[in-house]
Amino acid sequence: MTNATATAKSIKAGEFTGIAIAALAAMLMLYITAGASDPGYAFHAFVGFAAAVAAVFGIGNRYFKRDPEPIPQEIDGKPNYNFGPVKFATLAALFWGVAGFTVGLVLALQLAFPVLNFDLPWTNFGRLRPLHTSAVIFAFGGNVLLATSFYVVQRTCRARLAGELSPWFVVLGYNLFIVIAGTGYLLGITQGKEYAEPEWYADLWLTIVWVVYLLVFLTTIWKRKEPHIYVANWFYLGFIVTIAVLHLGNNLTIPVSILSPKSYIVWSGVQDAMFQWWYGHNAVGFFLTAGFLAIMYYFVPKRADRPVYSYRLSIIHFWALIFLYIWAGPHHLHYTALPDWAQTLGMTFSVMLWMPSWGGMINGLMTLSGAWDKLRTDPILRMMVVSIAFYGMSTFEGPLMSIKAVNSLSHYTDWTIGHVHSGALGWVAYVSFGAIYCLVPWLWNRKEVYSLKLVNWHFWVSTLGIVFYISAMWVSGILQGLMWRAYTELGFLEYSFVETVEAMRPFYMIRALGGALFLAGSLIMIYNIWMTIARAEPSTEDSAAPAVGAVPAAA
Amino acid sequence: MDSTYKLLASFAQSMGVIYFMGIFLVVVAYALWPSNKARFDEAARMPLRED
Repeated sequence: MTNATATAKSIKAGEFTGIAIAALAAMLMLYITAGASDPGYAFHAFVGFAAAVAAVFGIGNRYFKRDPEPIPQEIDGKPNYNFGPVKFATLAALFWGVAGFTVGLVLALQLAFPVLNFDLPWTNFGRLRPLHTSAVIFAFGGNVLLATSFYVVQRTCRARLAGELSPWFVVLGYNLFIVIAGTGYLLGITQGKEYAEPEWYADLWLTIVWVVYLLVFLTTIWKRKEPHIYVANWFYLGFIVTIAVLHLGNNLTIPVSILSPKSYIVWSGVQDAMFQWWYGHNAVGFFLTAGFLAIMYYFVPKRADRPVYSYRLSIIHFWALIFLYIWAGPHHLHYTALPDWAQTLGMTFSVMLWMPSWGGMINGLMTLSGAWDKLRTDPILRMMVVSIAFYGMSTFEGPLMSIKAVNSLSHYTDWTIGHVHSGALGWVAYVSFGAIYCLVPWLWNRKEVYSLKLVNWHFWVSTLGIVFYISAMWVSGILQGLMWRAYTELGFLEYSFVETVEAMRPFYMIRALGGALFLAGSLIMIYNIWMTIARAEPSTEDSAAPAVGAVPAAA
Repeated sequence: MDSTYKLLASFAQSMGVIYFMGIFLVVVAYALWPSNKARFDEAARMPLRED
């Protein structure tokens, strides 16, 4: 820090541009805050202003504190990995996970006890529902994907993450998007597209963040020390690129004014519906499947200490999945104004998807061959294996439900909700929990998580919760579907709508119980992770070079 | 307008199938090519290697 050092410190182009852009953005945000047509929008502009000012100070502070020399790419011949953004995203995922599960439980209780809507606009079901879906999919799942992708790409390329400010921009910028999206729903700002509710300005911001994410990921692969690009990176890349395309296609809106949160989409009528479900289903296919399969392909072999069962199958699995998934969207629009041939096409591709899905499942499960005994002793591995089993189950159920005849019974009923949650809780959340339980000890140089016993508790409590949840929804969904289509002998509908709602009530209570158990499991996890970082025995092998020191990074 | 739609649709429905099947067969051939086996067996162990 003395002036006497040989190399004079000079500001880097990235730091300068970062500060300049942030300063300009701060002025723009202040202008919008002052002139916004809607108080919620003004609030968002102010959050944007605060974030831009924080960016100016953050980058400036970093410049004054850093060494004049650039951070070395390697130390003693070993890659000098950049795990700061990975740690942040891991902790953010835990926070958003618990928040999203809690809102989900509130919604489940609201359906059973409508009085819990409190007759307030901010807490009614309609506004909380997108808060729940976005919190669990994009906030929890998204942060898990950011954390694991930045970890896996570094480890399998044996290269430090590209850029210094950019990875932080991606992680912090993404979480800023989450805050804007989530508070917007509560304030009533939405464009009303399922899983794409944020309005134009949030969409623009996410686009910028996502492009930087893609560039950081690609540049890291570009400077890899390994000749082969590991299959997990292919899955991550497929996820990042496709989500970018989907996001742009489904959010081509024209804002009313820069001072208004309202915008209009360029698509109309059935084309708009088709765009929406092309987006919606591939959010499932590429966000919740491809990204998490990448996690499976790295963390399952690593934890089981076995190579991938068939690398050849993983290549075929990847390309088959990518080719087929993108066509499956129209099955969300059976028996609508969408042309029949498009519906049939969606159905056909959904059924074909069964094959690559089960190829992936077999590849994940068989990776344990020779290590099956570990399932008895290692609850973390068990969690990941159960997640693969749930993946297999829900990717069988999905094609089944996409068949028109089945869909005519299942669509708009709770069966869909049950299906989604067997995939989301059983597959996505479990493989994420498994990855986080692995990742935290690696990142904070711990031998193992604080308590495997607590992992075991987490596993059983939440598994019980999932079983309650999905079995209640299967029964209520099929009951609902059958009641809706029941006719009397005179040709009248046998049940009024409210009668079907009344019939659902016991199942809604069982579902809420299942959700409560799942949430309880996640709280056990939070405690365990907290204790791992604060207390667990440090790792003896000092493979991760720069010591983290006594202070675990500020949460 | 209508004829353009039909033209494009029939082109996409026939050539699209051939195009995608072609690419997919190339992928399958690449994955199953005997001389690639050693490389893939090596790649299957990538997560296990420590640096």
